[in-house]
Amino acid sequence: MSFAIATTLDEALAALAAGARPIAGGSDLVVAARHGKSPLPESIVAIHALSELAEITSSADGLRIGALVTHATLMEHPLIASAYSGLADASALVGSPSTRNVGTLGGNVMNASPAMDTGAPLAVLGASAELRSSTGRRTVSLADLWVGPGRTSAAADELCVALLLPARPANSGSAYVRLEYRRAMEIAVVGAGASVVLDADGAIQSVAVALTAVAPTIMTVDGLDGLVGGRAIDDETLGAVAEAAAAQATPISDVRASDKYRRHCVGVMARRALEAAARRAAGETISIPVNRAYGIGAAR
Amino acid sequence: MSVPLKLSIDLNVNGVDYPVTIDSGRNLVSVIRTEIGLTGTKEGCDDCECGACMVLLDGQPVNSCSYLAVQAQGRAITTVEGVMNGAEMHPLQRNLLDAGGVQCGFCTPGMIMSATALLSRNPTPTDEEIRIGLSGNLCRCTGYVKIVEAVARTAAG
Repeated sequence: MSFAIATTLDEALAALAAGARPIAGGSDLVVAARHGKSPLPESIVAIHALSELAEITSSADGLRIGALVTHATLMEHPLIASAYSGLADASALVGSPSTRNVGTLGGNVMNASPAMDTGAPLAVLGASAELRSSTGRRTVSLADLWVGPGRTSAAADELCVALLLPARPANSGSAYVRLEYRRAMEIAVVGAGASVVLDADGAIQSVAVALTAVAPTIMTVDGLDGLVGGRAIDDETLGAVAEAAAAQATPISDVRASDKYRRHCVGVMARRALEAAARRAAGETISIPVNRAYGIGAAR
Repeated sequence: MSVPLKLSIDLNVNGVDYPVTIDSGRNLVSVIRTEIGLTGTKEGCDDCECGACMVLLDGQPVNSCSYLAVQAQGRAITTVEGVMNGAEMHPLQRNLLDAGGVQCGFCTPGMIMSATALLSRNPTPTDEEIRIGLSGNLCRCTGYVKIVEAVARTAAG
C-alpha cells in the first residue's frame, strides 16, 4: 500500500502508470470505503494539489473546465451560470455545501454513476473528456466514455484532466432539473438536462435532452430534432419530447422508485428542463438551480 | 515517489501544528479526535450524510469522516474548538444557547462550522440561504427553526 501527493501532473501520470488510483476530493472513493462498498485502493496518488487542473479557461472554441473544478465553483461561475446554465443547475443540487466544496467535476464524470447530476447537462452541452496518460492524450465523447454503471472506457493509467464544452451558439439555453425527495444530500430519483437553440422566430433549430437515473448510464434521447425541429415551444411540442423521453428510458425499480414511476416522471422532468432551457434561450433569466426557481422537488 | 503505509505528517488544527504518525487510509475525524485529542468534532453517520463531523479546511466546510487526513497536510483545519475567542464563546455559540438551538448537542459543533463558513462568505444571509448553508447538517432534536434563528441573530449582530 502506498500513498503520495502529486505535485506535478507528470508525477500523477507516472503513479497511475505504476498502478496507483487517483483521489481528488474523495467524496466517492472514501465514502465507498467507509461504507464497506469497496476498500480503498492499495496504491493511491492524491491529485488535489495540481492547481493547473482547477482552472476554467474560455476560448473561441468554448470552455475548458479542469477536472479539479469543484461543484461549488461551477454553480457560481458567471460564464457557466449564463452560457452553460444547465451545468450550474446540476452543480448547485449536488450533495450539500461541503460535498460541493470537495466534489470535483472530473471525479463526478469518472465515477460514472447513472444518477450523477452533472452528467445530463454535460451530455446535452456536447462535452467531451480530455484524458491524459504518461504516453499520450486523447479526447473522448461522454457517450463513448460511459459504458455502464460506475464504468468508463478509460484505461487504468488515464487521468481525466478536463471537460471540454463547445462554444454556445446565439439564442441557446440549457437547464437541468431532477426529481428529489429532499433538498440536500439527495441522489436523483430521475433527472433531465435539456439544451435548445431557437431560430429568429422562436422555433426549435436544434434540441438535445439527456436523462438521469433511468438507464445504465446517463442517456441521450434520440431523434428529437426530427420529432420537434422547426416547431414552436408549446404544449404539444413539450408533450412530444416528454413522451419520447419516457419511451426511450429503461429504468429499474429500486429503493428510491419503481420503474413505472421513474418512466413517467422522467418525461415530466424532460418537459420541464426543455421549457426552462427555451425560456433561457429566449433571453429570460431563471435563477440557479431551476429546481428551486420552479419549486420542483422537496418542499422545505 | 511512493511512501510507506505509515506517514508522519504535521496537521495544522486551529493554528497549531500537530505532528502525527498515521495510516494513509485514516479519515480526518478519527485523527483529530484520537491522535490530536480534540473531541469537539463528532462522528455521526461516518457516511458523509449527517454533518456532525464538519470541520473547515482552508475556511470551507468539509465532512471530516470522508476525507483522508493525509490530504489535509499543509492546509488550515478549523474545528469547533477553534471558533472561541479565548475563553469567550463565539457569538453564534451564545445565540444557539439563547435561542434554544441546542438540545442533545451532538449536531451543534458541525452546525457551528457550517454556519461560520456561511457567515464569513455571506454576512447577511436570508433564511433560505441559512437553510442551504446548513443543508449538510442533520439535527434530530430541534426541528431546525431555532438553529436558523440563532444564525440569523448572529448575522444581525
